[in-house]
Amino acid sequence: MTLAAPHVDTGDTAWLLAATALVLLMTPGLALFYGGMVRTKSVLNMLMMSFVSIALVTVVWLAAGYSLAFGDDSFGGLIGGLGHAGMSGLGPDSVHGSVPTLLFATFQLTFAVVTAALISGAVADRTRFAAWLVFVPVWTLLVYVPVTHWVWGPGGWIMERLGALDFAGGLPVEITSGASGLALCLVLGPRLGFKRDAMRPHNLPMVMLGAGLLWFGWFGFNAGSALGANGLAAAAFLNTLAAGCTGLLGWLFVEQRRDGHPTTLGAASGAVAGLVAITPSCGTVSVLGALAVGLAAGVVCSYAVSWKFRLNYDDSLDVVGVHLVGGVIGTLLIGLFAEKAMTGGPQGLFYGGGLAPFGKQLLAVVVVAGYAFAVTYGLGKLIDRVLGFRASEEQEHTGLDLTVHAETAYDHGVLGHGAPVSASVLSSGQKVSNQA
Amino acid sequence: MKLITAIVKPYRLDEVKTALQELGVHGLTVTEASGYGRQRGHTEVYRGAEYRVDLVPKVRIEVVVEDAVADDVIDAIVGAAHTGKIGDGKVWAVPVETVVRVRTGERGPDAL
Repeated sequence: MTLAAPHVDTGDTAWLLAATALVLLMTPGLALFYGGMVRTKSVLNMLMMSFVSIALVTVVWLAAGYSLAFGDDSFGGLIGGLGHAGMSGLGPDSVHGSVPTLLFATFQLTFAVVTAALISGAVADRTRFAAWLVFVPVWTLLVYVPVTHWVWGPGGWIMERLGALDFAGGLPVEITSGASGLALCLVLGPRLGFKRDAMRPHNLPMVMLGAGLLWFGWFGFNAGSALGANGLAAAAFLNTLAAGCTGLLGWLFVEQRRDGHPTTLGAASGAVAGLVAITPSCGTVSVLGALAVGLAAGVVCSYAVSWKFRLNYDDSLDVVGVHLVGGVIGTLLIGLFAEKAMTGGPQGLFYGGGLAPFGKQLLAVVVVAGYAFAVTYGLGKLIDRVLGFRASEEQEHTGLDLTVHAETAYDHGVLGHGAPVSASVLSSGQKVSNQA
Repeated sequence: MKLITAIVKPYRLDEVKTALQELGVHGLTVTEASGYGRQRGHTEVYRGAEYRVDLVPKVRIEVVVEDAVADDVIDAIVGAAHTGKIGDGKVWAVPVETVVRVRTGERGPDAL
């Protein structure tokens, strides 16, 4: 008997092409989400940290990242090989499951992009741009790529040997970015005036727009992870909607009780917390499970964001409180809510599966969070010693937009056209060509 | 001549303008301002973190008028800006030595 040759399914391919574009949109969405939360003087820098991550991660992923994450296992389930470095050996005819391998690689690339960009929220307002340009590609190779191989790579130890579940990236995306954000903000130290000055979001409508785009893109993230246009994709899609909604409502409920006001930032944050938590579990729980996962994340994460004030670390935009905590909740709750009807695999505790699945999820969480934290802390310290990771005090005071990028986001005054006031044209292409 | 400066709640600006027009005051200058008096500021909440914002939004209205009508103008502004609640603002007057209309070069009360 001969096995049928793998072939590309056009329906699956069409959906994954769309899903890939949706996931890529999450990074500009994240840029707006983060950009609105910082102060006026550093919004462009915040946007840039996300946008430049698209470029940096794409290059490093195509060069070696894809091959090390998804190439044939070369070291006991810990890392892939370099057989596909530079995407060698992969052409339009290469097939992964029922979709072109190049499309699968691009889909996975968009995950790596948004994960690196997520970390920038922990170090907003005070990071040297040059250091960020070095950090992102090295971090992607040292942290994102190995963890992705552990979870989804051929022979990866977490999924294939341990048997823990992660449908769309609770471990490689949410927990690595959250734990790495914590490590990096400890390396950099708090912003000037942390806990003294009010560092209020400068544009909440921008935050809401960014959260909306993130949510939209998240359907590609989660439903695309089915790698096909099928019922599992539909279930993941619906679960993504359900958890985002209960996350939003859970956060607002806490705010109303605790602070007396339901806020827009709370609504955006709660939706994101719910989406974070359903990411690992969207393909393993039923709709009722998804509603519970989102609610748990909305409630717990809304308390978790205050840790930074009590424990004295300045995770500026709450990457730890939302992504690490939300990712841990979603990954652990698989051990309680997983249903065989969804996964064909282990049942969670609530469905008679015992404690073993929860134990596996817990082990995966501890190892991934510990690895991401330790490697990022070491990398951050190294870059800080060699290059300097933190912007100068003067740059931080003045704002990174003007001092790093020579731009300002807004022209509020009536006297000039943005800072510096009363600027005149010092040089231009027109002048140069006149002289030539 | 007197320079009358009033710091009032922004939403009372239209009433103050109307009252001044009814008195025959021809021009005024309005500036967005922020500050606080006895009411202090307000509280904002972001992700559960409370921020005390000391400076609350106000408008600063300035008019230069002849001495004879200064008290009437002050009364009109106070009447229009008054809500009876904390944070209604302040009005004060200071002497003005010279006023020049830039367009014509007129000086003194003729320039008002």
